[in-house]
Amino acid sequence: MSLRLSLAGLVTGLAIAAASPVLAAEGAPKPPAQSWSFSGPFGKFDQAQLQRGFKVAKEVCANCHAMSLIRFRNLAQPGGPGFTNSQVAALAASYTNIKDGPNDAGEMFERPGRAADAFPAPFANEQAARAANGGAYPPPIDMLAKARTYTRGFPTFIIDIFSQYQEQGPDYIVALLTGYAEPPAEVKLLPGQNYNNFMPGHLIAMPKPLSDGQVEYPKGPDGKSPVPETVQQYAKDVAAFMVWMAEPHLEARKRMGMQVMLFLAMFAGLLYFTKKKIWSRLPDHASAH
Amino acid sequence: MSGHSTYQPKTGIERWLDARLPIVRLMHDSAVSYPVPRNLNLLWTFGGILAFMLVAQIVTGVILAMHYTPNATMAFNSVEHIMRDVNFGWLLRYLHSNGASMFFVAVYIHIFRGLYYGSYKAPREVLWILGVIIFLLMMATAFMGYVLPWGQMSFWGATVITNLFSALPVIGETIVTFLWGGYSVDNPTLNRFFSLHFLLPFMIAGVVGLHIWALHHVGQNNPTGVEVKDVKKDTVPFTPYATIKDLFGMVCFMLVFAWFVFYQPNFMGHADNYIPANPASTPAHIVPEWYFLPFYAILRAIPDKLGGVLAMGGAIVILAFLPWIDTSKVKSMSYRPIARQFFWMFVPVCIGLGYLGAMPADEPYVTISRILTVLYFGFFAALALIGIFERPAPLPTSIADSVLGGSGARLGHATASEPQAKG
Repeated sequence: MSLRLSLAGLVTGLAIAAASPVLAAEGAPKPPAQSWSFSGPFGKFDQAQLQRGFKVAKEVCANCHAMSLIRFRNLAQPGGPGFTNSQVAALAASYTNIKDGPNDAGEMFERPGRAADAFPAPFANEQAARAANGGAYPPPIDMLAKARTYTRGFPTFIIDIFSQYQEQGPDYIVALLTGYAEPPAEVKLLPGQNYNNFMPGHLIAMPKPLSDGQVEYPKGPDGKSPVPETVQQYAKDVAAFMVWMAEPHLEARKRMGMQVMLFLAMFAGLLYFTKKKIWSRLPDHASAH
Repeated sequence: MSGHSTYQPKTGIERWLDARLPIVRLMHDSAVSYPVPRNLNLLWTFGGILAFMLVAQIVTGVILAMHYTPNATMAFNSVEHIMRDVNFGWLLRYLHSNGASMFFVAVYIHIFRGLYYGSYKAPREVLWILGVIIFLLMMATAFMGYVLPWGQMSFWGATVITNLFSALPVIGETIVTFLWGGYSVDNPTLNRFFSLHFLLPFMIAGVVGLHIWALHHVGQNNPTGVEVKDVKKDTVPFTPYATIKDLFGMVCFMLVFAWFVFYQPNFMGHADNYIPANPASTPAHIVPEWYFLPFYAILRAIPDKLGGVLAMGGAIVILAFLPWIDTSKVKSMSYRPIARQFFWMFVPVCIGLGYLGAMPADEPYVTISRILTVLYFGFFAALALIGIFERPAPLPTSIADSVLGGSGARLGHATASEPQAKG
């Protein structure tokens, strides 16, 4: 019996031990972890970073990628990039060809954008996007920060519960945007293919989208941008903006979380002592429960 | 166990109502004066926690249904509409999606508690079987709920799981077509899943009613597994003793729940489900929600499709037969030295299967899955055999004795070897 017991225990232990390291070998290298202002229980977005990220998204990404889950008015809502309502109205109005209708005559017409409009998509539909991009579809980027991840593996994924690490999405996006490289000699690229260190399979249709100095950042009082105008900085800013697009109520959620946790912890403490008091009323209260 | 009622109507209205519909008496008898064993530990608070979770899921779910659109072209964006534009929609949706996970956390603890303390044994067989039925209904509800956001995992999970029925001979294909409402997972599938996802929780509530009825008829099991002998000495009234303890357990559980909702809301989900469903693009790994993973691993461990489906179904259904599989008359494994060791091997086997269910169907995972599948079913075979020769430790003479340390052995490992209740 004891032989059977120890055999079964051994097998179970082996099974769990053997399953873990294999995981790490799979796929592309792990994206390095960035430091994010919105991570952790007190995390908040960096407004200036979101504004810079929006500039990159608007001037570079939005040429091919839709972000239509975002409406212009979202850019002025609390917990976001913190644009003013008049800035948002001016931005919306700068898009003059928003399709609307039908009007009283039954015609579709174009009008300037309003704050309530969704951010206009660069292509009418997926087919049009593919046709313009050599057959590849640039996916919408409004949800991408939550729709991309990489395998954390055992036991990291358990540690993540306590460390609250959940920035796989933006870490991966930064790694991808900065991960373009010359292909190794044995890899032959077909037309329309590019090599990226962090893309699963390394082949990506999107050409290197960012280069140093490509987007002009707002100037500080000394006439220079407070942050470097580099690919690394652009990538980080636009990834932060993409997190906000995917999770626009993140700040409200974490703020409420702290209130709820504090309340529940205090309530649990009071209940514990109330329970002790009530159980001590039993005439023979030897019970340790 | 429910003796004669101690309810005393105090006001005229109560007396009037009591003579016509004794509903206040029913509530008093089942939630105030109902006697509970005085030695229940905190694992017994999970029944109340599960009742709370069911209500929480129904409340958040009904409100979400007010804003959700069950249409294949609109479902994904309607969930995003909830997340972005509905007041506290993000909170409702994260409560509901994480609530499903926490519901399963609680139900698995509840089931393992029942396993360890032998809560399935006479006279609680019907109570236990009703629990297995609730578990099956929960799985169906959770599966269909996961389809509703109509992301990639929703779509492909639905495709894989519904396809399993096609393994059944003769009627398989018909069942699949019926589930789909057509010849592939599409809008009709989403519509019927939404309808059923709304219906099933109320069926769960009905079976929970029966579960509690059966519980209150036979009385609760307890860590010693010794039945109540003297209500005065062995039990305490439900209120305030069990009420306050359940409440404490519930609030501690809510702390964990809130941690995930507010700080890690997507930890138990899958990133691919934030990509809209696309029938033309299959994800690299199709993985069900974590609470199905042990059963998914058993499914994939069997090389034959029908065999896999039967093994997976059998892994759940076998629980219903546990009262007759286990041959020992001693309920609590605290007094069963050999069965206890098998129990503590069974727990890592289940966790290991869960881990393997999340891995790709490659080596070495497949071989390990096969070994663990054998060990999973082996546990039940072992329970059938162990009871025949195991020498249980002496049981306390009563619950009161076990708590107050009177005559007889105390909880835990007793060295005396008189086999008191050989199975």
